[in-house]
Amino acid sequence: MSEDLVKFTVNGQELEAPKGSMLIQATDAAGISIPRFCYHKKLSVAANCRMCLVEVEKAPKPMPACATPIMDGMVVHTKSPKAIAAQKSVMEFLLINHPLDCPICDQGGECELQDISMGFGGDISQYTDEKRVVFDKDIGPLISTELTRCIQCTRCIRFGEEIAGMRELGATDRGDRMVIGTYIEKSVDSEMSGNVIDICPVGALTAKPSRFSARAWELIEHPSIAPHDSVGSNIFVHTQRGKVTRVVPRDNEAINEVWISDRDRFSYQGIYAPDRMTQPMIKQDGEWIAATWDDALQKAVEGINAQGRDQAAAWISPNATLEEHYLMQKLLRGMGSGNVDHRLRQTDFSDQDAAPVMPWLGQRIEDLENVNAALLVGSNVRKAQPLIAHRLRKAVINHDAKVSFVNPREFDWHFPVFAECASSASGMLEDLAAIAKAAGTDAASVATIVNAATVTETHQQIADSLKQSDKAIVLIGDMAQQHPQLAVIRKLADAIAKATNSVLGYIPEANSAAGWLAGTVPHRGPAGSAAAVKGLNVAEMQANPAKALITFNIEPEFDVANPAQALDTARQVGFVVAISSYLSANMKDYADVILPLAMFTETSGTYVNAEGFWQSFNGVSTAEGNSRPGWKILRVLGNLFDLEGFDYISSQDVKDELKQQCQDIQLNNSVECTAVVSIEKSAASLQRVGDVPLYAIDTLVRRSAPLQKTRDAMHDCVRINSKQAELSGVVDSDKVKVNQNNGHAYLSLVIDDGIPDGCVWISAGVQATSSLGENFGPIELEKV
Amino acid sequence: MGGVIMRLLKHYIKSFLFLELIKGAMITGRYLFAKKITVQYPEEKTPMSPRFRGLHAQRRYANGEERCIACKLCEAVCPALAITIDVTERDDGTRRTSRYDIDLFKCIYCGFCEEACPVDAIVETHIFEYHFENRGENIMTKDKLLAVGDKYEEQIAACKAADAKYR
Repeated sequence: MSEDLVKFTVNGQELEAPKGSMLIQATDAAGISIPRFCYHKKLSVAANCRMCLVEVEKAPKPMPACATPIMDGMVVHTKSPKAIAAQKSVMEFLLINHPLDCPICDQGGECELQDISMGFGGDISQYTDEKRVVFDKDIGPLISTELTRCIQCTRCIRFGEEIAGMRELGATDRGDRMVIGTYIEKSVDSEMSGNVIDICPVGALTAKPSRFSARAWELIEHPSIAPHDSVGSNIFVHTQRGKVTRVVPRDNEAINEVWISDRDRFSYQGIYAPDRMTQPMIKQDGEWIAATWDDALQKAVEGINAQGRDQAAAWISPNATLEEHYLMQKLLRGMGSGNVDHRLRQTDFSDQDAAPVMPWLGQRIEDLENVNAALLVGSNVRKAQPLIAHRLRKAVINHDAKVSFVNPREFDWHFPVFAECASSASGMLEDLAAIAKAAGTDAASVATIVNAATVTETHQQIADSLKQSDKAIVLIGDMAQQHPQLAVIRKLADAIAKATNSVLGYIPEANSAAGWLAGTVPHRGPAGSAAAVKGLNVAEMQANPAKALITFNIEPEFDVANPAQALDTARQVGFVVAISSYLSANMKDYADVILPLAMFTETSGTYVNAEGFWQSFNGVSTAEGNSRPGWKILRVLGNLFDLEGFDYISSQDVKDELKQQCQDIQLNNSVECTAVVSIEKSAASLQRVGDVPLYAIDTLVRRSAPLQKTRDAMHDCVRINSKQAELSGVVDSDKVKVNQNNGHAYLSLVIDDGIPDGCVWISAGVQATSSLGENFGPIELEKV
Repeated sequence: MGGVIMRLLKHYIKSFLFLELIKGAMITGRYLFAKKITVQYPEEKTPMSPRFRGLHAQRRYANGEERCIACKLCEAVCPALAITIDVTERDDGTRRTSRYDIDLFKCIYCGFCEEACPVDAIVETHIFEYHFENRGENIMTKDKLLAVGDKYEEQIAACKAADAKYR
């Protein structure tokens, strides 16, 4: 190793650094500060701001530290008169066209230009001519622009190219007329676009939702964990007077590096939505009245007891915390019922006993960027889990990893995709079977379908790519978990992984890993132990509605696989206790008691991410009104039902109790079930395929107004390809009626050639489609 | 020993000749005939420095536009935490306060807010005679501050101009 290191001197201090690394990297590591604007550790070197000029002995002119490779024996001065003079001159040039409107700038107080000008700026400007003015552009609901402040560091442009994978921002003209923009008037639509707000060293790009709402110095920074995906991005929640004002990333190289997705950044806007529940409510003679906690809890307990508490059921959101999952199942099982489930969007439970104790990624998130080949089944990973997609993208960009997909449609990817198979629900299984065949599987349980499969060149290529690589992974995504034949997908994916020597992994939804560990599944208790009473799963609970139901932070019409049926079930249930952060019209209809629930910033808890990493966080903002943390509500319910073991003092106690039980768990995704499976083909000519879009996945994001204004939130439409449109006799933007099961919806039609033949793409989780059924299944389409 | 005798001797001579009484009477006599300096407040008032720090006011530009841009520097610098500001984006996209309260019970009239203000919006006027009759009147709201500013703008501008050359 030592021959790879070179020795050099900075300010008289002897340093060592890897050969070929840039000067600024070594000085940063040694804690020597050099001012900079365009250099960012995660982006390529542009060397266009010139702020990091330093004196290098034997060099005729000052050299930019960010673009000067370290040479053996180099002698550098960062604070010599020559270096300081150079830095001061650059600062003066940068300030020529900067408006110095710090008092009205949202970046004021945390601005790199402001900080560095304190150290290197002059007190008097020599410049007397007119300053440059750039008109602002509207680039969407998330980022506001003030381009006169731009110092042309091009960090945002490089972020788009290198990290987000979308060249959305660019520069036109040159010199002092250089302007950042989208060239054609458009919005910036990347699912990670918010990060440009953090990397912009000045106030040219700032957060639109929190525009003008606070100055940096009045905010209190609290570490927390993002709740929406299974990455568990580390975040800082900034609060002002007890209210969340913004969310910014917290560096964690192993998880989210320095980025977070827009969903994690802007979802907090939903916390203060107008329909937020602030007071417990009970239904009395058909009228809703506000109640005290005592009365509401008492009524909830009496109601459930009256219906028979061993018959009660519970639906818990997968993004509830680990503690809430644990207490929910403890409550239900204490009452003598096993009917508790968090897998609300799953439809196939036939092999649930063979499911892993905790379906997990199969490896660390960080290691995803080292894979050489990957096959993702039923996953729009880019939108569903932006930071997992970012790791895969790094693998593709850095060492040409071969990433393939078997999906119900073609998606827009931000990296070159090796192969993409798009077909209907049964078609996906055939594709997988063909890949398994090409890989040469000998799994007996899938032998019949594998033998029946026709291998095309694409299937062969995918199998070969997995086989030929030493680090390959097969990932089962969210759409696969909603697939009507998840059991078959699981078996085929396992067969492919085994035949190609790949790792089998899942991309879990939100905090569902915690749901599995805590035991909010009907057939297993905490830590995968066998359940004393085997309860009903979500599908069975809908087939025979229970007499009493507890819903936890969900809206059945959006969060359950079959929204229409789920809502019907909730209405049929004799007594419903809704523990919810929000009050909806439907909830008023089906619920009997509503208990207001605190949001993720208002409660303490733990999230378990895709790699099985437990991350705890504290409540950081004041709970709205009388809402209470979920674990406290469930604990008190346990007390009121006279159940044993509900005397927790803190959420930490709950976590410790479960942690104790989880000590010996070996994570293993391998499928040991040998039951023979077959592909069920539907005779219907049109099949619905669909997903739950990224800004519809839980109650909080659905209420984040800025996220709902983005292009990624526009999903109240039907998508079919042009061939199918011709067959069905419809054209683009036609109003069509779709019938599924007993429900129907009127939607506008979009022609999208990424949709496979015979398929109709309709997303769930949005109001317009909540009257329909599952994401996969026969559907009819008629023109109106 | 000799020192003690001398001190006693001096003391007796001063006492018997009423020397200190005469000194005092001379001062009284001098002021009896000197020009009087008493100011008959409230009919008369002392002159005030342009830097006098009295009741607060918010100023406007000549075109009627309020100066304050809600930068919150005054709120940050206030040592008594007397200022509370809420910011909003006005319909025309400019940054403005939706609330600007100064609690006169907390204010120590240090003038830091005036010093911190980048646009000379918050100022302290020459008004020092004011009172409250009801609870809550101690809070100077944005409207009250602007009203004071509108009324005394001429005087405020004159003070600012007089002080400008020393800044």
